Amino acid sequence: MTVTEPRTVTDVEDLARAVVARVDPTSSSREEFMGACFDAGLAWVHFPVGRGGLGLPGSMQSAADRVLQGAGGPDPFRQNPMGYGMAAPTILGHGSAALQERHLRPLYTAEELWCQLFSEPDAGSDLAGLATRAEKSGDEWIVTGQKVWTSLAHRARFALLLARTDPDLPKHRGLTYFVLDMEDPGVEVRPLRQMTGDAEFNEVYMTQARIPDSHRLGEVGQGWNVAMTTLMNERSAIGGGPAMEDTGPIAQAVSLWRTRPELRSPVLRDRLAALYERSEAIRLTGSRLRGGIGSKGPGAEGTIGKLVNAELNQEIYEFCIDMLGPEGALYGSYDTADETTAATLPLQRAFLRSRANTIEGGTSEVLRNVVAERLLGLPGDARNDKTVPWREVPRG
Amino acid sequence: MASSVAEAQQEREELRSMVRGLCEREVPLAQVRRLMETPAGDDPAVWRRLADLDLLGLVVPAEFGGSGGDLLTLVAAAEELGRGLVPGPFLGTVGLAATALQLSEDPAAQQAYLSRLVAGDLRATVVAQDQLGRWAPAAPTTTATSTGDGWALTGTSTHVVDAVGADLLLVAAQAAGGVGVFAVQTGAPGVQVEALSTMDLTRRQGRVVLDGASGVLVGSLDRGREVLERTGDVAVVLLGAMQIGVAQKLLELSVDYAKTRFQFGRPIGGFQGVKHRCADMMVRVEMARSAVLHAAAVADAGGSGLPRAASLAGSTASAAAVRTGSDAIQVHGGIGFTWESPVHLYYKRAVGDAALLGTVADHRDRYASIVLDD
Repeated sequence: MTVTEPRTVTDVEDLARAVVARVDPTSSSREEFMGACFDAGLAWVHFPVGRGGLGLPGSMQSAADRVLQGAGGPDPFRQNPMGYGMAAPTILGHGSAALQERHLRPLYTAEELWCQLFSEPDAGSDLAGLATRAEKSGDEWIVTGQKVWTSLAHRARFALLLARTDPDLPKHRGLTYFVLDMEDPGVEVRPLRQMTGDAEFNEVYMTQARIPDSHRLGEVGQGWNVAMTTLMNERSAIGGGPAMEDTGPIAQAVSLWRTRPELRSPVLRDRLAALYERSEAIRLTGSRLRGGIGSKGPGAEGTIGKLVNAELNQEIYEFCIDMLGPEGALYGSYDTADETTAATLPLQRAFLRSRANTIEGGTSEVLRNVVAERLLGLPGDARNDKTVPWREVPRG
Repeated sequence: MASSVAEAQQEREELRSMVRGLCEREVPLAQVRRLMETPAGDDPAVWRRLADLDLLGLVVPAEFGGSGGDLLTLVAAAEELGRGLVPGPFLGTVGLAATALQLSEDPAAQQAYLSRLVAGDLRATVVAQDQLGRWAPAAPTTTATSTGDGWALTGTSTHVVDAVGADLLLVAAQAAGGVGVFAVQTGAPGVQVEALSTMDLTRRQGRVVLDGASGVLVGSLDRGREVLERTGDVAVVLLGAMQIGVAQKLLELSVDYAKTRFQFGRPIGGFQGVKHRCADMMVRVEMARSAVLHAAAVADAGGSGLPRAASLAGSTASAAAVRTGSDAIQVHGGIGFTWESPVHLYYKRAVGDAALLGTVADHRDRYASIVLDD
């Protein structure tokens, strides 16, 4: 059946079923299936018609995803995490019609992967202090600098880049946001080995890389505001946590509990029950807040999920290592694996990986500031860098 | 569907602000302080107002004078009563007794008690605590012996919420044929109710001693245990909602104080040591609220998932309220330790409530038995 003007969850499900009936995800190519989803407006149902959406509330996306992924379709977030979760809303919110037309579809089909060039060796939590320079030259910008902690840079075709265009303004006001072509000869990607042995992230060096002015997102000097769109989406993407009951890291811990009865103790049972309760409470909170904020987009509420899940993940894997006892001290191999997701890692590797959870995507310290300042209205920190030119801010 | 969910949500929010207005107008904290020093502990006029606004009969069917609403709606009202520390037998009468009567499937008992209860003319509670005050609906320590035309009940229960001042006790007792719920009038021979001297002066507990007291079986001995267990779970959800109200108020008091208390030339809420504590308080309250709302929705859906959801709600809400209380005292500093400050009143309520109808440890143990044990 066809739905001419979808309005309800049922309409969205009908549309998704029609796509699945027309292009079977189990027998057609990923590009073909995902392309059909995009054209049907099921990529991001809250995006406009023609841009992969239907102009519906974002809360209806899960209805489409259930049908599409239930029929064997891929998870678009996993296919292209930076692209689907962060680049797309940023391009939609701040890119020209031409950029939207050019990028959204191949981004959704994962024919073109994306990465995010934000953090720098000297700009972590203080992202707005970044030093990568972009200088205007005719219709182009010439970019030189170093970025770090870039996931997927070695496979990404495009990057979201935040660079300094005016060092004489206070730090937040001298930034501009660009789409960078990772195939530019001025871009070099080096893997960054981490404590787990893996290299999920990269360092990216830009030496006189060139960007057409038409690839700018937002106005010159407005880069910080544009970056907020990206970052709030990143936090809600990380912070959403498992949507289903009994999934995610807690499921790994429960599986350990079930499969290794010889390692159980009453003390461990109490700890695991408490962790299970927190996992459930934050899962329910994620559902409730997502429902509550609807199509208004991710607000600071997304930070609650990120904050809690990061610390909870660490405690869950700490529990697993404690339960394993002496066996927890083993580590299969420090060989670098190219692609990793925590759900498939051995527990010891997942344990080490979880140390990054409270740092990546906003440290827990910064997130507590966000909760306190944006949600509770408490005063900001004392700062001495907000009004002086970026050039004069002490560094080290 | 979506619009009716939104409408129901809208109605709950309207009810919430109505109840909050009532609490602030008729039982402001100064009045709570006066009432907590009185022997009765609450104001009959306020109880009457709650009845007039149909807050006592929100989930009771219309045939008994109620409005047949759902638990999610009652939770919104309960949260506000907790927030206001409103004294009165809401938990015992509405949370426990009305629930047990509704679940009993006993038309005679419902006819006799529910309408009066909804009208505010009957104060009641459920007695299922053991001699140490532990909520023990599955294995009551009170016994019921058949007297031919009725039952004689003997046993001691303590820490019975809202027993003092109750007209009617619905007593869990072990009979030869099973566990039953028995209606006992507090004025009758062989019934003794003593007030306990509690840390929280805004919620009263009593010790109930029955010595051959006359009781009328409510429902059947086949279903008594089931009725009592589900009654406990429903009441835990309402108690959780009251804990959320307490915790939310403690959070707001703390944030307001942190914004207006200056040290070192700045509001103390600008220092990370204070603001991060406040952030954690908010996160904890929101997580607990999610657990309580979820449990209410599960109860309304009527499935078998209520024990798991109620245990999650009970342990999460009680732990959150107690911790938010201790954090609130810390944020307030010295003033938070004084009798004059409102903080201790909420903190004591949180601590007292955390021991009713199952402790955090009890709830967690039951949760573990459901989700972990073989």
